[in-house]
Amino acid sequence: MSRVMGLTGDEAIAYAVKQSNVDVVAAYPITPQTIIVEAFSEYVHNGEVNTEFVCVESEHSAMSACIGSSLTGARVFTASSSQGLALMHEMLYIASGLRCPIVMGVANRALSAPINIHGDHSDMMGSRDCGWIQIYGENAQEAYDWTLQAFRIAEDSNVLLPVTVNIDGFILSHSLEGVEVLEDGDAARFLSTRKPVLTIDPSKPITVGALCLTDYYFEMKCQQAEALKETPKAIDQVSREYESLTGRRYSFIETYGLEDAQAAILCLGSTAGTAKAVAKNLRSRGKKVGVIKPWLYRPFPAKEIVKAAENLEALAVLDRACSFGALYGALGNDVVSALYQEGKKLNVFNVVYGLGGRDIAPFDIEAIFKEALEVAETGLVKEPLKFVGVRE
Amino acid sequence: MVTLKELTTEELFTSGHRLCAGCGAGTVARMTLKALRGPTIAVNATGCLEVSSTIYPFTSWKIPWVHVAFENAAAVASGIESAYKALAKRNAWDKHVDIIAFAGDGGTFDIGIQALSGALERGHDFLYICYDNEAYMNTGIQRSGATPHGAATTTSPAGTKIPGKPEFKKDLIGICAAHGIEFAATASPAYWNDYITKVRRGLEVEGPAVIHVYSPCPLGMRHDSEKSIELARLAVQTRYWPVYEVEKGKYKLNIKVPKPKPVVDYLKPQGRFRHLFTPQFQHELDVIQHWVDENWKRITALCGEA
Amino acid sequence: MSKEGKPGWKSIPLGGILLEPGSAMKYKTGEWRAFKPIVDQKKCINCLLCWIYCPDAAIIRLEKFVDVDYDYCKGCGICANECPVKAITMVEEKR
Repeated sequence: MSRVMGLTGDEAIAYAVKQSNVDVVAAYPITPQTIIVEAFSEYVHNGEVNTEFVCVESEHSAMSACIGSSLTGARVFTASSSQGLALMHEMLYIASGLRCPIVMGVANRALSAPINIHGDHSDMMGSRDCGWIQIYGENAQEAYDWTLQAFRIAEDSNVLLPVTVNIDGFILSHSLEGVEVLEDGDAARFLSTRKPVLTIDPSKPITVGALCLTDYYFEMKCQQAEALKETPKAIDQVSREYESLTGRRYSFIETYGLEDAQAAILCLGSTAGTAKAVAKNLRSRGKKVGVIKPWLYRPFPAKEIVKAAENLEALAVLDRACSFGALYGALGNDVVSALYQEGKKLNVFNVVYGLGGRDIAPFDIEAIFKEALEVAETGLVKEPLKFVGVRE
Repeated sequence: MVTLKELTTEELFTSGHRLCAGCGAGTVARMTLKALRGPTIAVNATGCLEVSSTIYPFTSWKIPWVHVAFENAAAVASGIESAYKALAKRNAWDKHVDIIAFAGDGGTFDIGIQALSGALERGHDFLYICYDNEAYMNTGIQRSGATPHGAATTTSPAGTKIPGKPEFKKDLIGICAAHGIEFAATASPAYWNDYITKVRRGLEVEGPAVIHVYSPCPLGMRHDSEKSIELARLAVQTRYWPVYEVEKGKYKLNIKVPKPKPVVDYLKPQGRFRHLFTPQFQHELDVIQHWVDENWKRITALCGEA
Repeated sequence: MSKEGKPGWKSIPLGGILLEPGSAMKYKTGEWRAFKPIVDQKKCINCLLCWIYCPDAAIIRLEKFVDVDYDYCKGCGICANECPVKAITMVEEKR
């Protein structure tokens, strides 16, 4: 039924793409996403996949070619990071605006300047409003699982939006883990061929990408917003089916220790793994702490997060990116807005950490938990936004 | 070569578009679609042709047509071409599809050169047509790499110190030929037979083909709208716009101009060169004539014509 | 449908896709004209140069000569300028 392979995060994504009957991959290399593209090109050159692999000359052209391919009805994948993601920024909006169900693996890396090749979330956070569905994986297993599910979610006829599967650059992209993978047949059945809705087919000429002036643009954007609202339903459906295949059940968020937690950490990606390990240790010493890990970032799972936090007295939201000039980081802003909308008075403080791949160690996480417990005790937030791990 | 009567009467680029009266791009688009040989998909970069022919909910196109962005017509075409190859592999598609990428000089010479170069290097099977009105006309007549020396544009105005654009026009077909593609050519809509034949040639080529076609612009070049085709003819007859092709690296002159008219005959009817017909800047006319002469010598030498 | 009679986001095709090829023909650009071409059909030699050069596909091919589709003709004058026998004259449009 399945077997365990030693795969890095990048290799896990490439393997998932291999099993997904992808028609076209148009990609450009950039550290630390390179292994995704390199592993995949090995599959192509060894005849293990039938994919048309286009070695484009830039990320902007990568997304452009992906859009062209997707519009013909092909199943399409690409990958990028950091500067590459930033270079294709205008195309991200176009991909979602033209309702192309493209899946993109992102090995999150810091944005220049200064140039830095290590993991943080500034790249995806910088494009968070582009209308793509955004999912964050905690480890290589999640990278594999979410990539497979992403194609199904994207291609759902009520969604028809592109999806990014995000993994922390180097920390996940380059770390070897045991990943349980499906047999090819099971994966192929789970995915089957894409059934496109409207394509550029010469027998039915359509015009795609018309100029929509002040009298039509707004309506198109509203359609996109509605599609994002339909996304949780699609994710739910797909992840239930995936559970029956693998025993692994995914959803919008994962929680740990919240049945009796006083204080919790909320964060994306691999840091949640560290947080859970630290929380387990603290809980064994009688501290009532927990972790909330959103898998889904866009659309933001506000209801689920607010429900998960309902018995908490303090919450530390960790952002691996800085939203310069704002009161909180991107994730911090989303969480605080969600709580406000539901009328929940919960003491929240925001921690910006790990920029440029700066390590966040268990003792850092423990210190944050301690501070959160203090906030729970005193009811006071001394610093609504702080930087942890930076030298003064 | 064909006769006008042989050309299809079907208009796959219909009336009702909002291109200016007398726009060369309209003529070029119509002519192009007379040369189709089967199922064809058009990719169009942002620009006059794209914007004016598809104002939602109106579209002039009767073939599948895609607009994505300004600088990536060649990249989008690459993606479509690859997808059709992939679909054919899994038997989801069984006919050959021709792909034509339309882009102006804006979306080709400057911001679009990267995507074009990449697509040519990778050898995708598509025809790229650059309709050249010699400036970023759609956004209000700003200079491009295709704007000729001395032309007034809004970003290279005819000033009291600097008379229009100081730089000279890029050699697009030279750049394309350097990629080793099978077919690249220049054309002018005044020579409709040569152009339409070249479009069909470009479609038949297996691999990338590029046609660089002159596209007059009454508004931006500031000439009377009825003179569009006349200027497209004068451009050729003054040797300003040599009409030639490059087939697998071999240059061939298509329209010989043994008795050229002086380039001022071509420049005079255009308001964008008006400032050069003044005592202060008239020496620039000689500079332009010299450029035309040198360019003609260079091209004809490559073509093996004495 | 809104007050202006334009469709809302619930009914228009996704992604701004236009399903009807050539729908631009619903937009009559003939309204733009300041001058209109008149074809002297006795002089016309049916060479079809005006037809191939017209940016707006506004020349109608008849059996022995051409005519103008005034619904779309913008009055640019290319046809009159290019006609080898001067069979087309531009006259001022009277509205």
